[in-house]
Amino acid sequence: MRLWQIALNSIRYRSLSSVLTAFSMSLGVALVVSVIVIHNVISDSFNRSAQGYDLIIGPKGSALEVVLSTVFYLKAPVGTVPREFLDELETGKYSNAVEHAIPVTIGHHYRMCPVIGTSQDFFTKLEFMGGKKYVFTEGRNFETDAHYEAVVGARAKIKGGLKLGDEFRPADLGDYSDAANDQEDHSPFKVVGFLGATGTPNDNAIFVNINGFYGMHDIPVPEDGTSGEDGTEEDEDHDHDFSAILVMTKQVSAGSKLTTEDLLSGNIPDAEQMNRMRPDLAAMALPALIDKTGDAQAVSPSKEITFLFDNMIGNVQVVLIMLAVLVIVVAGIGMMVSIYNTMNERRQEIAIMRALGARRTTVMAIILLESILLSLGGGILGVLIGHGLIGIINPWISAYTGIVVELWKFQWSELILIPGLVILASVTGYLPAVVAYKQDVASSLKP
Amino acid sequence: MLEIKNLKKSYAEPDGGELPILDIPAWKVESGEQVVVVGSSGCGKTTLLHITAGILRPTSGHVFIDGWDIPLLTEAERDVFRAKRIGYVFQTFNLLQAFSALQNVLIGMTFSGKHDKNRARHLLERVGLAHRLHHKPSQLSVGEQQRVSVARALANSPKLVLADEPTANVDVGNQQQVIDMLRETCKEENVALILVTHAPDVAGQFDRVDHLPEINLVLKQKTTHSHHK
Repeated sequence: MRLWQIALNSIRYRSLSSVLTAFSMSLGVALVVSVIVIHNVISDSFNRSAQGYDLIIGPKGSALEVVLSTVFYLKAPVGTVPREFLDELETGKYSNAVEHAIPVTIGHHYRMCPVIGTSQDFFTKLEFMGGKKYVFTEGRNFETDAHYEAVVGARAKIKGGLKLGDEFRPADLGDYSDAANDQEDHSPFKVVGFLGATGTPNDNAIFVNINGFYGMHDIPVPEDGTSGEDGTEEDEDHDHDFSAILVMTKQVSAGSKLTTEDLLSGNIPDAEQMNRMRPDLAAMALPALIDKTGDAQAVSPSKEITFLFDNMIGNVQVVLIMLAVLVIVVAGIGMMVSIYNTMNERRQEIAIMRALGARRTTVMAIILLESILLSLGGGILGVLIGHGLIGIINPWISAYTGIVVELWKFQWSELILIPGLVILASVTGYLPAVVAYKQDVASSLKP
Repeated sequence: MLEIKNLKKSYAEPDGGELPILDIPAWKVESGEQVVVVGSSGCGKTTLLHITAGILRPTSGHVFIDGWDIPLLTEAERDVFRAKRIGYVFQTFNLLQAFSALQNVLIGMTFSGKHDKNRARHLLERVGLAHRLHHKPSQLSVGEQQRVSVARALANSPKLVLADEPTANVDVGNQQQVIDMLRETCKEENVALILVTHAPDVAGQFDRVDHLPEINLVLKQKTTHSHHK
C-alpha cells in the first residue's frame, strides 16, 4: 500500500467527520470559485461589450457616463453629439482615420429592455468577442428604408415576450408604468429579426431603425436616412443629433512615429493635415482633434472600462476574495481541530504502525497526507458547488445585467486553489502530525 | 541469531529513584529455533520483547540480531530493522480497524518498502482466511483476527517472530489452532520464534522453555529476597 492509500483509508474509516470537514472546506472554496468565475466573466463581458469599435464620440461630460450609457445601456445619455460629426467621420475631414462610424440614439425602453436607434451597419460592421459576427437566429436585419422595423436581442426576446411580426411601442426612459408601452402616439415598430446570444449587454436590447426613432418624436426623417441636411430649422437639426457615434478607426501600424507626447505637446494636426497623413497616424490624432472641437469628446471604451473595473468592481472583488479566503482559513482551522481531536483515539493506531516499522516521519507524513487529501477533496467539491451556485444564480445575473455566465467555464486562476489548499492543509495538518510524530510507541501500544 | 548480553532496563520512578525491570547477563536464541518464555504477569516479558524489537531502548547492554547491535542503532534505523527483520504478534492482535485483513498484511510490507500482494494473499490463505481477505477486523472472529496478525507478522519474511501472549485473548477452542499455526508457519519460513506466555499448557508444547525469573536477575534477586524473609 502507498502512504496516500493508508491516509485515504483512514479518512474513509472516519467517513462522517471526514465528510463534514471536507464540506466546511468546500464552502470556502465554492465562495472563492464563485468570486473568481463571476469576476472573470464580468471582466470578460465588460471588455467584449465594446468590441468592434475603439472610440465613442459622445457628448461632453463624464467619459465614464458615456460608456455606461452607450456600451452598457445603464444610464440615460448625458447629452447629444451634433450629427455633423457623423458626416465628418464618414466622408468629411476625419474620414481618413475612420474605418466605419455608426450612430446610436438611446433614451427609450420596451418592457425594461433598452431600445436603441441605430443603422443596419451595427450588425454588419461591428463584431463582438474578438471577431464574431452578429447572427440572426430568426428573421433578418432591418432595412434602411423601412423605418419602423426592429431587431431584438436574445434576452430581450424573452423579456419582452416578442416574436417575429409583433409590433411594439417604446416608451421614454423613466416611464416604467404599466401603460408606458401602450401609448399610441407614434407608429409601432415591427419585429423583423432576432439576434443570437452574444454575452454582451446587446442581448438585453432592442434595436430599431434610427429613422423610426426620429419618427417617434415626429421629427422629419432626412431623405438619405442618416444626414440632417434636409432640416432647415436649427431646432430640427438639433433633433437629429445622436446619443453617441461608435467609431472603428484605421489600425495603427507598428512603425507609427506619432506619440501621445506629440499630441499633448500641441502637435495636433488640423483636418487638412489629417487628410494627408497615413490613416493609422490620423487615427491616433483623431481623439485629440474631436476633443478640440468643444462639442463632443472621444472616449476610449476599453480605457474607461478598465478604469471602472480596476477602481470600483476590482475593489469589491478583492474584498469578496479576502472574505472567501477567510472562510477557507477558518475551515482549515476546523480541519486541524477535527484531526487533532482524533489523535487521542488514534494513539493505538499510530503505535501499531510504529510497531510494524513505520518511522516517526512516516506517520507524520500519513497525517499530513490525510489533511491534504481532505482539503483537496473539499476543494474539488467546492469547485463543483461553486460552479453549481453560478448555474443557479446565472438566470438572475443574466436577467438583471445581460451578462451570460457559462456554468462550466473554468478559469485558470482557479488552479491557484490547488497549491493554496496543499499549503493550507500542510500548515493545519502540521500540529496533529507533530503529535503523531512525538507519540511514544511502547506506552501507547496495548500488549 | 539473537544474543543478549548484560541487558539492563529500569524505569525512572516519581521519587527520582530507578525501578529495575530486567537484568539479563546472557540469553541466546538460535536461527529457526522456537522458544517459549514463561513468566507471571508484570515480570518484564513485554519489556523484553519491546527491547528485542527495538521499540524500547535498554538502559544498558547489547541485543545482537544477525550481528546488529540493536540498541546502538538510531531510532529510524531500528524502525527499518524491525520492519524488515522482525514480526510481532500481539496479545490484543493490534489490527488496524480501518483496513481489511489483506490491507493489514500489506501495511506491514509498506513500511519495509515491499508490496507483494501475492505473498499477502498466500499468507492469509495459509492461515485459513482465503475467504476473509476483504473483511475488516470488526467483521472477523477473535481467532480469525489473531490469524491475520500471524500472517502480518510473517509478511516481510522476518528472521524472528515475537509473540506476546498470542492466545490470551483467544477463546479456548481457537487457542491451539493459533499456536499450531504460529509454530507451523514459522517452521515453514525458517523463522525463529520467541513466544511469551504464562499459560503452562502452551509452554508445555515447546522443546525449549525458558523461565524469565531464571534468566532475569532482577526477578531472581526478588525471589531470593522474599525467600530470606
